Amino acid sequence: MESVESQIAEWRAYLAHAAGVNGHDVDELEDHLRHQIAELSAAGLTADEGFLIAVKRMGDLDALSREFAREHSGRLWKQLVLNGDDEPGRASSGWVTTLVFGVAAAVAIQVARLAAGFPDEEPNWLARNASLFVLPFLAAYFARRRQLDTRHWVLTASPFALAALVVNLYPWGADSDTEALVILSLPAVLWFAVGYPYMAGTARSHERRMDFVRFTGEWFIYYVLIALGGGVLMALTAAILEPTGVDVERIAEWVLLSGAAGAVIVAAWLVESKQRVVENMAPVLTMLFTPLFAVMLALAAVVYAVTGFGGAFDRELLSVFDALLLVVLALVLYGMSARDPSTSPDWMDGIQLVAVVSALVLDVMVLGSMIARIGELGFTPNRTAALGLNLVLLVNLAGAALLSTRFLTRRSTLHRLERWQTTYLPGFALWAATVVVVLPPLFAFD
Amino acid sequence: MHIDKDLVAASSTPFVLAILAEGESYGYAILKRVRVLSGGELEWTDGMLYPLLHRLRRLGYVTTEWRTPPEGRRRRYYMLTDDGRAALADQRRQWEAVTRALNDVWRGPGEPLTATGEA
Repeated sequence: MESVESQIAEWRAYLAHAAGVNGHDVDELEDHLRHQIAELSAAGLTADEGFLIAVKRMGDLDALSREFAREHSGRLWKQLVLNGDDEPGRASSGWVTTLVFGVAAAVAIQVARLAAGFPDEEPNWLARNASLFVLPFLAAYFARRRQLDTRHWVLTASPFALAALVVNLYPWGADSDTEALVILSLPAVLWFAVGYPYMAGTARSHERRMDFVRFTGEWFIYYVLIALGGGVLMALTAAILEPTGVDVERIAEWVLLSGAAGAVIVAAWLVESKQRVVENMAPVLTMLFTPLFAVMLALAAVVYAVTGFGGAFDRELLSVFDALLLVVLALVLYGMSARDPSTSPDWMDGIQLVAVVSALVLDVMVLGSMIARIGELGFTPNRTAALGLNLVLLVNLAGAALLSTRFLTRRSTLHRLERWQTTYLPGFALWAATVVVVLPPLFAFD
Repeated sequence: MHIDKDLVAASSTPFVLAILAEGESYGYAILKRVRVLSGGELEWTDGMLYPLLHRLRRLGYVTTEWRTPPEGRRRRYYMLTDDGRAALADQRRQWEAVTRALNDVWRGPGEPLTATGEA
């Protein structure tokens, strides 16, 4: 009997290390194994024999772990391509690819800068195209990592080619509002375009879309960390070189832009390969900030509901509100993607609901005041873009609030809520693309 | 008789849902029930039942609860939800349609017995 216990312990330990299997799963499987052994022993087999047969019936542990991984992709989404066998080879070549694409992005933005004479001159074309000098490299990086075939490469490249045509061929007016909108919206459009190679062309899969949301959140965290470190490095370098009379500002022009561009790729690589680091941090950050934002939003909603917007509601405040609503949505989305879907609703879900409902109330008020403004002064590019964004947000928040409530009262599952968000994602991409492609001609590029 | 792997896989969801419709159960008991029901002809790899159960839980078809029976170890019980019942009814209609069509074809032409039993 002693030997069977140690054999079970060994089996258990092996299983516990398998990707995608957590402690509860191991408990459950062990219970199964023990049942089987007990029954075989009762039928006259020795414990050792029983163990052998039970293990055999349980099946190949690697195949089992893969099956678990497929089901709980959230637990090991870092191995997006699930045939983990070829992982070691790719891990070592990973940083070379990263380096190549990172340097390429850094060089591209530098060439553009020199051509534009930035920062002495600030031509609009540079601002319009800025994301086009960086994000295509990120898309290509993923297309390569996911080993996409030619058809998918073409599909990956086409949104970028289209965007390049649109922003450079449209006859922009001087001091044009639509141009300013394009400068703001294009990065968002292209980020969604990066999602396509990220999901390895399986953009219809809701699980992969959730992976992309998760990726976006963690990429952002890594990028901020790199930026902070880079800032400290730059400041120290400047302080050290200052006395020698070297023109620090000239160096900063080179390093800052290229560093910012290269970091886009490096952050993506870090998210993919150093997953475990951020995995522990990201849920903590959301846990920390979701309640804070919820309190702030609830307060704001109450205050504005009492006082009304009145005269204070100008364009600047409006864009602050839009930014706030987007941040809340990002927080909620990211929090959801980092959540273990199998647990039942807890207080964090309640707080999320508070945040969503407050955001919804604010959004309704913003919309009301915006429609009044449009009724009074007519459509402008800015108002149209803001109105559309708020409507897209309104529908999303309303759906999220409804499904969250149902989930909290246990009349629905988290799965439904996740589905709603992942189904809705293209809506944001679509609106951002509309602002880039349709709005300018609609307002005569003014 | 050997039953094809794909067929085993395809029938696993309705099997599990149907067994849970008889009452709550846990992994090992579900598997035993499958063996009894199929006279041992449906060979499942034991482990694969669990990823399947977890999928059903994610879809909201079953809920789970850890419980410790009076004698024995803590184990996870699975219970069918209303969504699960609906899914089972749907699966059942599909399987009945398939078996009916196959029966018709195997009985041969000339005697379409179920022509009146249009669902």
